[in-house]
Amino acid sequence: MQGVMFIVLALVTLFSALMVITRKDPVSSILYLVLTFFCFAGFYVLLGAQFLAAVQIIVYAGAIAVLFLFVVMMLNLREPEAEEGKELIPIWKPLGYAVGIGVGIVFLSYLASSPGPAIPPLNGGDEIYAMGRADFLGKALFTDFILPFEIAGVLLLAAVLGAVALAKKKRV
Amino acid sequence: MTPNDFLPVLITFFVVGGFAGITLIATHILGPKRYSKEKHDIYECGLDYIGDSRKPFSVKFYLVAVLFVIFDLEVVFMYPWAVNFRHLGLFGFVSMGIFLVILTVGLLYEWKKGALEWE
Repeated sequence: MQGVMFIVLALVTLFSALMVITRKDPVSSILYLVLTFFCFAGFYVLLGAQFLAAVQIIVYAGAIAVLFLFVVMMLNLREPEAEEGKELIPIWKPLGYAVGIGVGIVFLSYLASSPGPAIPPLNGGDEIYAMGRADFLGKALFTDFILPFEIAGVLLLAAVLGAVALAKKKRV
Repeated sequence: MTPNDFLPVLITFFVVGGFAGITLIATHILGPKRYSKEKHDIYECGLDYIGDSRKPFSVKFYLVAVLFVIFDLEVVFMYPWAVNFRHLGLFGFVSMGIFLVILTVGLLYEWKKGALEWE
């Protein structure tokens, strides 16, 4: 059951991710990106990380997708076809291929060297899946990881300050 | 909570998607088709439209979206805290208090800077 689910999810994810980078219209790209985010949430559920799945939908499919939409709305992307034929930088495409192949090699070598899949066993029992619940995460977050939690607060503060400083018009 | 417990969620997704899809297909097959120029125009609350929707929007909207994401993340951190409130006791209360104070500084900053006002 879970194996079948994984394959279906993987196919949908690959399809929607491909659609993201091949669509001409940036808005439909973003809609496929939202579908990809939802698929990620499905993977998290299969991995036993239910809270992360919920957060994935709330933060990525909700908030980050809105951010992407606003970026599209702020940039003037009315006629992407007009730029076709002449590339901004001639080295752009080979550079992209090089980075893609490099990242692929890194991923594959990591997969080859890792001791095994981090997927919980299919009949692993409830205690493995309990680790992904919000109460388990909360116990870990507020005991062992209390300092990273507070640092995350400082990071969010920095994000607030940066956003306001960059985007707010100065008062005359 | 094993992945099998998420079967109702999956069924909900299929029911919702199926309802939307079947409605679209059914109206396409069953509905009458009378085309006119007005029907193919962009709907703009009954007004004549100007241009299309691919216009650069003001950065003000983006600021609102960024602030939404930040405070969205703040609330995400509160879920694991809330379900453990009794278990964590005073220590959890104080650490969440520090977290909230840090973020309230940000809220006060944007308030004083006028980022919450729509100019």
